[in-house]
Amino acid sequence: MTAMAEPEVGRARVRKEDERLIAGRTRWTDNITLPGMVHMALLRSPTAHARISAIDTSAAKEMPGVIAVYTGDDLDPGGEVGMPNAWPITPDQKTPRRPMLAQGTVNFAGEAVAAVIARSSAEAEDALAEIDVDYEDLPVVLGLDNAVADGAPLVHEDLGTNTSAEWIFDSAEAGSGGDVQQAISSSEVVVTRRFRQQRLVPAFMEPRSVVVDPTAPQLTMWSATQVPHILKTMVAMTLGLPEHQVRVIAPDVGGGFGGKLAVTPEECAAVVVAQKLGKPVKWTESRSETMVAAHHGRDQMQDITISASRDGTVTGLKVDLLADMGAYLGIVGGGVPVLGAFMFNAIYKIPAYRFSCTTVLTNTTLTDAYRGAGRPEATFGIERIMDELAAELGMDPMALREKNWIAHDEFPYTTVSTLTYDSGNYEAATAKAMQLFDYDGLRREQAERRERGDKVQLGIGISTFTEMCGLAPSRVLGSLDYGAGGWEHAAIRMLPTGKVEVVTGASPHGQGHETAWSQIVADQLGVGFDDIEILHGDTQSSHKGLDTYGSRSLTVGGIAVVKAAEKVIAKARTVAAHLMEAAEEDLEFADGTFTVRGTDTSTAIQDVALAVFAAHNLPDGVEPTLDSEAVFDPENFSFPHGTHLCATEVDTETGRVRLRSYVCVDDIGNVINPLIVEGQMHGGLAQGIAQALYEEAVYDEFGTLTSGTFADYLVPSAMDLPSFTTDRTETAATSNPLGVKGVGEAGTIASTPAVVNAVVDAVRHRGVQDIEMPLSPMRVWHAVHQGNAAAGTEGEAGGGLGSIDPAHGGAQ
Amino acid sequence: MIPAPFDYVAPSTVDEAVRALADAGEDAKVLAGGQSLLPVLRMRLAAPTTVVDLGKIGELTGVRDEGDAVVIGAMTTHYDVQRDPLVHDHALLLARATDTVADPQVRHRGTFGGSLAHADPAGDLLAPALALDAEMVIQGTGGRRTVSAAEFFQDFFTTSLAPEDILVEVRVPKHTGWAAHYEKFNRVAQAWSMVAVAATVRAEGGSIAEARIGLTNMASIPVRATAVEQALVGRPADAETIRAAAEHAADGTSPTVDGNADVEYRQHLAKVLTGRAVEAAMVG
Ligand SMILES: Cc1cc2nc3c(=O)[nH]c(=O)nc-3n(C[C@H](O)[C@H](O)[C@H](O)COP(=O)(O)OP(=O)(O)OC[C@H]3O[C@@H](n4cnc5c(N)ncnc54)[C@H](O)[C@@H]3O)c2cc1C
Repeated sequence: MTAMAEPEVGRARVRKEDERLIAGRTRWTDNITLPGMVHMALLRSPTAHARISAIDTSAAKEMPGVIAVYTGDDLDPGGEVGMPNAWPITPDQKTPRRPMLAQGTVNFAGEAVAAVIARSSAEAEDALAEIDVDYEDLPVVLGLDNAVADGAPLVHEDLGTNTSAEWIFDSAEAGSGGDVQQAISSSEVVVTRRFRQQRLVPAFMEPRSVVVDPTAPQLTMWSATQVPHILKTMVAMTLGLPEHQVRVIAPDVGGGFGGKLAVTPEECAAVVVAQKLGKPVKWTESRSETMVAAHHGRDQMQDITISASRDGTVTGLKVDLLADMGAYLGIVGGGVPVLGAFMFNAIYKIPAYRFSCTTVLTNTTLTDAYRGAGRPEATFGIERIMDELAAELGMDPMALREKNWIAHDEFPYTTVSTLTYDSGNYEAATAKAMQLFDYDGLRREQAERRERGDKVQLGIGISTFTEMCGLAPSRVLGSLDYGAGGWEHAAIRMLPTGKVEVVTGASPHGQGHETAWSQIVADQLGVGFDDIEILHGDTQSSHKGLDTYGSRSLTVGGIAVVKAAEKVIAKARTVAAHLMEAAEEDLEFADGTFTVRGTDTSTAIQDVALAVFAAHNLPDGVEPTLDSEAVFDPENFSFPHGTHLCATEVDTETGRVRLRSYVCVDDIGNVINPLIVEGQMHGGLAQGIAQALYEEAVYDEFGTLTSGTFADYLVPSAMDLPSFTTDRTETAATSNPLGVKGVGEAGTIASTPAVVNAVVDAVRHRGVQDIEMPLSPMRVWHAVHQGNAAAGTEGEAGGGLGSIDPAHGGAQ
Repeated sequence: MIPAPFDYVAPSTVDEAVRALADAGEDAKVLAGGQSLLPVLRMRLAAPTTVVDLGKIGELTGVRDEGDAVVIGAMTTHYDVQRDPLVHDHALLLARATDTVADPQVRHRGTFGGSLAHADPAGDLLAPALALDAEMVIQGTGGRRTVSAAEFFQDFFTTSLAPEDILVEVRVPKHTGWAAHYEKFNRVAQAWSMVAVAATVRAEGGSIAEARIGLTNMASIPVRATAVEQALVGRPADAETIRAAAEHAADGTSPTVDGNADVEYRQHLAKVLTGRAVEAAMVG
């Protein structure tokens, strides 16, 4: 008998991916070079809305190294190709066609207008300057309120409106709760606020890149994408290619955060160009292009009304959203704010709820999924207004939450927005967080500082969040008119030497699936961690999958791996019983070994694998393979939750906010690898805090993105963030056999309102009720000195151009 | 993000460099550390026909003692300025300001001379140079000349350097034993200054004997806060003196407006930060 091996699941293993990623000893799309490869560069529109009256490409075609120059009409003469929107949120949604290259009009600054193909990327870029485009300016539609105003100019004339769709959930109609209007009019306390969710840039580390090789019957496309499988199917459908002749490979991908789940015009243009030329084509964007042309995130105006009785019992919640889609609808587009519909009620028992969302077209870069996608926006709205309600009631904000949240013994709990939360323990996570944070001590210090009029005021911010992730039960997606299912695929190949290949349909781009999946399989099959290889991202080896987004990989894809492992063991059991001449029922399987119960006769799964390979001695009718696959479709979403507490110091003389401490206790169920979880939390917190304090995509009145470089779009570094105190409670999910919940978006979803609540709390005694994000020092200072909400106008933050002054072009 | 094509020359003496610039005409550009020039070229905001790289000219690098002044070669990197003992002993303010520039990577390549020649009003080394009465040693086709910091900075990104001129070195009068502090205000650690205050003072027997205050990003060029200096000198080195003096910090400034700060806020910051800078300098 072997000693019980220490389980792999739960070990804080350093990621097996790290060495190659950190040392750069790997393959990114941009460092793939093929024989005869040519390079594509794109000319992008400098104006936000214009009619293209002429494009003259003749001079560009004469430039050194140039092979071809294409316009939108060259690539798609019939004007038939449009980038896919896979989530029409209503049957009558207005969906403008988004061409590969602009045709007829440009609708946002940064839209591609023409493509140069040259022998080198430098030559391609040089030739861009020689393309002559005549633009006839059209009125620019910017800002949600402007776009929906009567008589507003239109982004797309032919649609007749800037409103793409209106989507409504009403608990009275759904039968899941009361009538919200009635609740509001009969309540003792009503608080109404308008919150702005500024526009963000996903800012993944690796800019987008694509290489297309059309030289074999099966066209191969490498792309820095999160969604190789979706891309394969969608490219085939969008361009009318036979799907079996398309192979997509996502090699190592440097981050995505949702920003790489699109099917992009650049990818499609590269395919069409490669086919036209019969040569491999590469396109890699510059950071400047990423900023204007890759999709943005957030950008909502939220009108929220909450009602309650004097004792703090919430009676109703009404949410009206305007969501800026940009100039076109992205692949999930209007679905992003709709996801929020299920999350505004959060962890609370709210008896009456109404949510409406209007998706709006403007002359800006399109918005789509960005880490959290709809859920951060909703969480922000509810957690901010809970603080406002607490202030109105004169109640401690945590006491107000406690009064309204779902108690641990009430699970499973069906919410007013009709989701059933399987598990959770908000009391436990909160108690732990309060203790780590020293809530009472900080409240005392806050009172003292106020008392003595300290110029540095202390504030405490709370965010008790939950989210729905692990996208998703296919049937639920169907009921929401989403264009695909939410299952995931896995396959396990038992190799003759006892090594194991695991194929996953999830597509990691920084998360560490190779490590986590190896840990899972090591425990399931009882083989060594180092004997397992995870294959992903190539539709030839991983032929089936729905990729990585929405914190779905572990809770859906990881479970598929478990199911495939179970099938391997079942097959191996039959063979092992035959080899040991025992009955299957008499075999025990532990630590990779089948043992005949009560004897010391045993055989290792690796030996079974070799025997199956030889196939000399198999039971009758048994196929000579242990290889197995499984597709898992979850029955429910995953509902991680947590309590996040933030203490900020606000320098009332300068408006600067300093994060004094940040404590979060998250409940993501059982944990496969605590180190990976820690990494996800830290990165998520940084992104959520960045929304609160630093980041904003700003357009000027002409629709030019003025925060188009990292000198103006402020992404924080470690220097700007405190040391986080992270901890966990573990309430196992009941919806999957590993008891796991998603973690990829949790930090981002939870942290933004915690920070803003803390800043408002620090200066509420000065009459401040809200400060618009990002909370720049100037906005905070103005708020403190003018009191109340008049802190900054729309699109004010962002920086100067730093050292790059376009008017002067450098020194002298 | 690929610069437009250009010719590249890398002379080994200042004379050759000046000649190369003169030969290439108006559209030539000097390359020092490249930390400001390369982004401009890569974004194609400028497209010089010739780039003259100063990187191979040994005589432009290093710090030396010239009696009453410390002389800093234009090509001395921020990293070397930060660590130089002469700078530390005689121009502490400069070391303190250089500490706040960008990040270690940029400080290893960016140069003192490049920062001054670039003349970005948000650059952190202009105000200290002005406050310390630095002099720029410039070589052009007509030979060498020396220009005071006050004359050197002319406008946004504009200095008295002619197209064929090279900034050779900077003479910084010794401020031996002066206390110094550079108070920088920005939104994230790696960002440029929204406003910053360069303060260096000499105390004598509990009162302020001399003070030099420079302001970053409070106009198109660095500004000397002379009213503050006057209000400090001869007074006891205490909180009340500093508070009263700092009230004058925004006098005569004309800051620009950008998304980070309007005029009112910038002028307010100048006062708060001036108080803090002088106080921190005194504390040491
Ligand atoms: C990410 C980043 C952050 C930064 N943050 C800061 C900051 O916080 N504070 C700050 O002050 N700076 C900052 N900088 C700028 C940095 O300090 C640069 O090094 C400096 O502005 C220019 O120095 P350089 O040697 O790189 O000059 P270059 O970029 O090579 O040249 C700049 C200009 O000066 C001219 N020039 C250079 N040397 C000479 C010379 N000897 N004679 C004549 N003309 C010359 C060039 O022709 C060019 O026009 C930052 C830069 C980067 C990339």
